[in-house]
Amino acid sequence: MHGENMSDKQNSQHQAVSPVCCASQVDFEKRNFLIATSAVGALGCAAVAVPFVKSMTPSERAKAAGAPVEVDISKLQPGTMMTAEWRGQPVWVINRTDEMTAELAKHHDQLSDPASEVTSQQPGYCKNASRSIKPNIAVVVGICTHLGCSPTEKMQRGGDMGESWMGGFFCPCHGSKFDLAGRVFKGSPAPINLVVPPHKYLSETTLLIGVDSEDKA
Amino acid sequence: MTDKNQNKLDCVLNWVDERFPLTSNIKAHLTEYYAPKNFNFWYFFGSLALLVLVLQILTGIFLTMHYKPDADLAFGSVEYIMRDVPWGWLIRYMHSTGASMFFVVVYLHMFRGLLYGSYRQPRELIWLFGVAIFLALMGEAFFGYLLPWGQMSYWGAQVIVNLFSTIPFIGPDVSEWLRGDYLVSDATLNRFFAFHVIALPFVLVGLVVAHLIALHEVGSNNPDGIEIKKLKDKDTGIPLDGIPFHPYYTVKDLVGVSAFLIVFSAIMFFAPEMGGYFLEANNFIPADPLKTPAHIAPVWYFTPYYSILRAVPPILNSQFPGVAAMGLSVVAFAFLPWLDKSPVKSIRYRGTLYKGWLVAFVVSFLVLGYLGTVPSNVWGQFGPVLGGADRATVVARTFTIIYFLFFILMPWYTRKDKTKPVPERVTG
Amino acid sequence: MKSLTKMKKVLWLLVLMPLVAFASQEVHLDKAPVDASNHESLQRGARTFVNYCLNCHSANYMRYNRLLEIGLTEKQIKENLLFAGDKVGDTMKVAINKKDAAKWFGAAPPDLSVEVRARGADWVYTYMRGFYRDYSRPSGWNNTVFDKVGMPHVLYALQGEQELDHETHQLKLVKPGALSVDEYDALVADLTNFMAYMAEPAKQQRHQLGWFVLAFLGLLLVLTYKLKKAYWKEVH
Repeated sequence: MHGENMSDKQNSQHQAVSPVCCASQVDFEKRNFLIATSAVGALGCAAVAVPFVKSMTPSERAKAAGAPVEVDISKLQPGTMMTAEWRGQPVWVINRTDEMTAELAKHHDQLSDPASEVTSQQPGYCKNASRSIKPNIAVVVGICTHLGCSPTEKMQRGGDMGESWMGGFFCPCHGSKFDLAGRVFKGSPAPINLVVPPHKYLSETTLLIGVDSEDKA
Repeated sequence: MTDKNQNKLDCVLNWVDERFPLTSNIKAHLTEYYAPKNFNFWYFFGSLALLVLVLQILTGIFLTMHYKPDADLAFGSVEYIMRDVPWGWLIRYMHSTGASMFFVVVYLHMFRGLLYGSYRQPRELIWLFGVAIFLALMGEAFFGYLLPWGQMSYWGAQVIVNLFSTIPFIGPDVSEWLRGDYLVSDATLNRFFAFHVIALPFVLVGLVVAHLIALHEVGSNNPDGIEIKKLKDKDTGIPLDGIPFHPYYTVKDLVGVSAFLIVFSAIMFFAPEMGGYFLEANNFIPADPLKTPAHIAPVWYFTPYYSILRAVPPILNSQFPGVAAMGLSVVAFAFLPWLDKSPVKSIRYRGTLYKGWLVAFVVSFLVLGYLGTVPSNVWGQFGPVLGGADRATVVARTFTIIYFLFFILMPWYTRKDKTKPVPERVTG
Repeated sequence: MKSLTKMKKVLWLLVLMPLVAFASQEVHLDKAPVDASNHESLQRGARTFVNYCLNCHSANYMRYNRLLEIGLTEKQIKENLLFAGDKVGDTMKVAINKKDAAKWFGAAPPDLSVEVRARGADWVYTYMRGFYRDYSRPSGWNNTVFDKVGMPHVLYALQGEQELDHETHQLKLVKPGALSVDEYDALVADLTNFMAYMAEPAKQQRHQLGWFVLAFLGLLLVLTYKLKKAYWKEVH
């Protein structure tokens, strides 16, 4: 294998290295172990990188703080609403009266997205006429889709919102208007409807916000 | 195909080389840096120290993402890393094991220097940079040890900062200035954090670069202590006993790295506390300024110097001589290049006199290291004839004297030593 | 070669040092039968801990939902272990006021999350079985491993009452409790086991991963060694 006579080793005037380096000769021992060591070494480096990357994902504390929130709605009267907190955001639970729910179908022409076509704004099981699981109970993240203010409750007809107002929400920052299903009115600065968070019913009167409902209608 | 790719690569390389000395640097420091061919396993520890430094910086960055340098939150944030952060325990143990392993590797690296006379002319500056790295590393370890804010962190810092107050006249002011408070407190923790994560890492990396530049300027020493640059090939100018660092020592160091990582992982996964030497049990109790633990001992890598501190009795009611002796015991290494008068460098050609002193020094270092981990009454007291002194204190004093005599008498015994003739070329 | 033998000596010294250091332990501690893989024992220990310890001592770094690891279900945790108003993701906090507690017991009850790492499992195991009657103490209790302890004997109703023979330093049960000696020891063993688990929940995972890593590095060592040989055959 060696390019030189082995007896040269005795010659003290010779250099320490005599590489096997003729273009036609490939040292397969070197090549094979170089490939094997590189492969295993690269695998090792990749494996070490995993814990470091994962350490930057939400910790148990963050997960606990962002865990689903249980809401008791047994005392929520028709025509009123309450605010729960989930992942640091206000989540409105609105108990519409039958009349209010019926009203939702009557002003489609004034809405940007009456049929909830933008899929990112609600789970599949809330893509319906009332944007909710139960027709009268709406669950909506109370953060304006314009620039993130929290709109003010204007559930009653008329009042300071004018004669034609049929109940909904008004964002004090830039004047966006939403109906009682969180759908945005045309002409508002907000581009799309309010978000309906994932939620489900644990019982008739207990809501769990933050977990998807099983029936993905 | 391959030819075409090769051409493209050359093109890119040319482009870079016209703007940055990439190829010439790779040649100067790797492929055409000629190292003696006779390195033995003692020569692994330099590259291993570099590996640990990288590991400490990397794990340190990720720990900093979760740690809180606040006296109320620090202890909890470490436990938060150990439990709530995904894989946080692994990263934290890497860092804590890495701290101790850093010293293991550096001590062995320094001992290699003593064995083969690596500090001798023309490598004095390499050695001085090395001593500076060692000092910076001790600072880094000391500042870092306060951060978990356990009882040992707290009282260790308290004791060491108070050492400065023994300096005549300005001492107490210096201590107060270091702490930023009348006792170790939140202010101290916050500034130690700054030193640990920014100031000293910068210094360390800078010194390591200087250490390597100096090394590559004069070339590496070897177990025979022969200058390989004296005998060069007439045509190529390459040292006859030199081999290119890359690939020969890169592949060899990889073997060292693999073996080292096995030891490292064995400790990290199966004994991260290392019987209380790497992580002390008392440090799992949050810092309490009102309650000193019954037995305070520094982490193992500081214990030889701590023993020297305790061994020196107060003079004129001042602890300063002990503190000065401790400082001197560390700085003494810096004088080695000028204390060693032997005509040979390597232990292989030295006589029994030097060998005897080196053994005595190593034994002193280890015994002092052990005694620093235990209370001074560990071996009981001598009888009334000897004044009833603590046995361990007497032993520590004896070995402290030997420790210093190793340095002080070096000019004498290295000159007197019967050395053997050094060969022309390196041996196996 | 000579340096190698010296190196060996150095390594031996390093290995032996911990043994020497711990040989001088004064109080005798009983060996705690800790077994982190015994989930039933851990679950029983968790229950004892929550029922008896968690009234005064917190475990502020331990999350209830971590108990899923030792085989409990979320439902079991909610029904058996959680205090009203707590969520499964919460840590084991305690309502006691630290200042009041310090007044009552002489010192605020410490957080127990990492107690076993600070004191050792054997200490906890011996301590919880080492209470004896001592009316000279404010609480009426003293302890063999923690002299003049501030904490009263919380498990008194279960263990009964022990007395210390000051001559022989032996404990004697003078008034039996609800449990037999063996049952009580088993209860404390489970409690200690749980506290050891709680002190470092990732320990099991650490050991399992360790073997994989070592096997992998063993392979890497063989390969790098072969690679080095392949290159160094040219060096002579």
